[in-house]
Amino acid sequence: MKNIIEAKNITKTYTNGDVVTHVLRGLDLAIKEGEWVAIMGKSGAGKSTFLYQMSLLDTPTTGSVIVEGKDILEFSDTRRTDFRLTELGYVFQDYALVRELSAIENVMIPILMKGTSREEAREISKESLSRIGLGDRLHNLPSQLSGGEQQRVSIARAVAQNPKILFADEPTANLDSITSESIIDVFKEIHESGQTIVMVTHEKEYTKYCDRIVYLEDGKIVSEEVLKK
Amino acid sequence: MQKFISSLRVGWLLGVRQIQHSNIWVTVLIIVIMVLTFLSNILISGILVGLIEGGNQANRSQYTGDVFITELPDESYIENTSEILTTLDRLEDVESYTARYVAGATIEANYKTRRNFNTLPNSVGSQLAGINPITEDTVTGLSSSVIEGSYLDETQSGYILIGSTLLERYSAFSDQFEPLREIYPGDRVKLSVSGAVQNSFESPDALGGLSTTGSRVDEFIVKGIVDSKVSEVSIRAFMTESDFRRLTGKTNLLASEIAINVVDSKTDEEFKSVLLKNGFERYAKIRTATEAIPKFLDDIRQTFNILGFLIGIIVSAVGAITIFIIIYINAVVHRKQIGILKGIGIRRNAIIYSYVIQAVVYAVVGVGIALLLVYFVFVPLVAQNPIDFPFSDGIIAADAELVTGRIIIVAVTSLIAGFLPAWLIAKRNTLDSILGR
Repeated sequence: MKNIIEAKNITKTYTNGDVVTHVLRGLDLAIKEGEWVAIMGKSGAGKSTFLYQMSLLDTPTTGSVIVEGKDILEFSDTRRTDFRLTELGYVFQDYALVRELSAIENVMIPILMKGTSREEAREISKESLSRIGLGDRLHNLPSQLSGGEQQRVSIARAVAQNPKILFADEPTANLDSITSESIIDVFKEIHESGQTIVMVTHEKEYTKYCDRIVYLEDGKIVSEEVLKK
Repeated sequence: MQKFISSLRVGWLLGVRQIQHSNIWVTVLIIVIMVLTFLSNILISGILVGLIEGGNQANRSQYTGDVFITELPDESYIENTSEILTTLDRLEDVESYTARYVAGATIEANYKTRRNFNTLPNSVGSQLAGINPITEDTVTGLSSSVIEGSYLDETQSGYILIGSTLLERYSAFSDQFEPLREIYPGDRVKLSVSGAVQNSFESPDALGGLSTTGSRVDEFIVKGIVDSKVSEVSIRAFMTESDFRRLTGKTNLLASEIAINVVDSKTDEEFKSVLLKNGFERYAKIRTATEAIPKFLDDIRQTFNILGFLIGIIVSAVGAITIFIIIYINAVVHRKQIGILKGIGIRRNAIIYSYVIQAVVYAVVGVGIALLLVYFVFVPLVAQNPIDFPFSDGIIAADAELVTGRIIIVAVTSLIAGFLPAWLIAKRNTLDSILGR
């Protein structure tokens, strides 16, 4: 299978006065289409920072991120935003829902942004929420949903329009073990439909369905583990 | 265009939902601020201009009518008055008109009880207007200005109405001239009209009563006291046209003033142009009520307009700053959310629109409530209970031009107040916003 995303020589350095912190030190990673890759490491290893660079939420100090032969880091701000909208999906640790919008509206927002009609956006969102078992919670506000349900809404929002790559930054970090399991099951289901997933986690047990685990330490990839299914 | 529309749709959804889920008391507070901002904007300049506008309206309704014809600058009367009056009689656009015959006069009171002839008589110089009581009342409602006694009757002779400014007990200018003392309806006053004052006097010595100084003198009974904030009314004495002719010896029909009311379907300017087309400007000065406003009042009006505008700008700026602070705090509180929205691909414009829409909604609701208050509470209330000003009964001048101007000011300042804070927050680095750093 061909690579869907390639990160080449990614470095990230923060400078605060005279203090220079190297968070990422020349990372290379290629992810194949339909692959589910977990990025693991201790706190401060640079897992999330690496995810942010690959997912266009941040700009690395050096390096390139190639998607379909194009270095997406060279895109203008506007094009990056559009690329994130149309090609990438995000699931954040703290769900990142708009608290004033209902579950269905949270899912609708990026779909509307693409120029889809309100009716069609509503249908797509309804279908996406129903797929992950929230068909009866469409009009609930985030505050009226449990943590697990909120994360499901977040996943529904991310995958509603079949992004090329789904990035998940510690999606189970704020959830109890049972709920976390159910969220991982949702990811498994999505992955089985062919979705490429890049997930940061520090819990080994939640990587059981992944194809590959990449281990980071001190801003470097120290090892990789291919999981047999 | 498609991107703009989708940004607007998303901005609208986000903005409306934020308003719906915001604290009700904060929303009420913001709307109250907008209402007060707009009210101050309208009422301050409205009252300032209204003080003068009230005077202008009174000038129109009690003195000039809609169109005012007077003598040319170097003349003492309107030539060809009869031709003008005949034309007015036949023009359908004329609702009513009245002609006045004006002469300078001296009114003397208390002459029967004057004991010491070494002291000055109790007299005052004034303008004497000969009027048709019926047409004058139709055009200017002069009878309603009678505050003591009664109005003139055209069938009666030997009576006058005296303007309140000429009387000591009413005059606000009694420190500047010697007004008439202790004059009440039923009292007698002596009127003298100088033969030299009016060129229209034909054969000044044709009638009796000529004094040794060349003035015509006669005794009249005060029938009523006229009070008006239009100085031209309250500073005059009025008598019937026939008494005026008798006193002045005037036998022609040359008037000094003609006040005309025009039907509602015709504007003052349109009617003035009709008169100009008839060539009357050769005989008389033809002005609309607006043009006939004394220049000092017009100057004050313009000054108040500028003052009101400046105050409006300051008030709007204060309102805008308040909205700015509220929207800024709101945007700061939602900073993480803004970062996430940007992160999932929501364009910055859509996020900015959501805050601009909030500011616009607050402005529209605030302005709407303020407009209802202005037109259904304050304007009618002040119209019924005018502000008592020395030279006018002040109203609130909330004309469409003023209100539209103020709406534009409030709209623009609100847009800026909504846009700026949202732009400041939305332009921040996406990841920094998401991570709250």
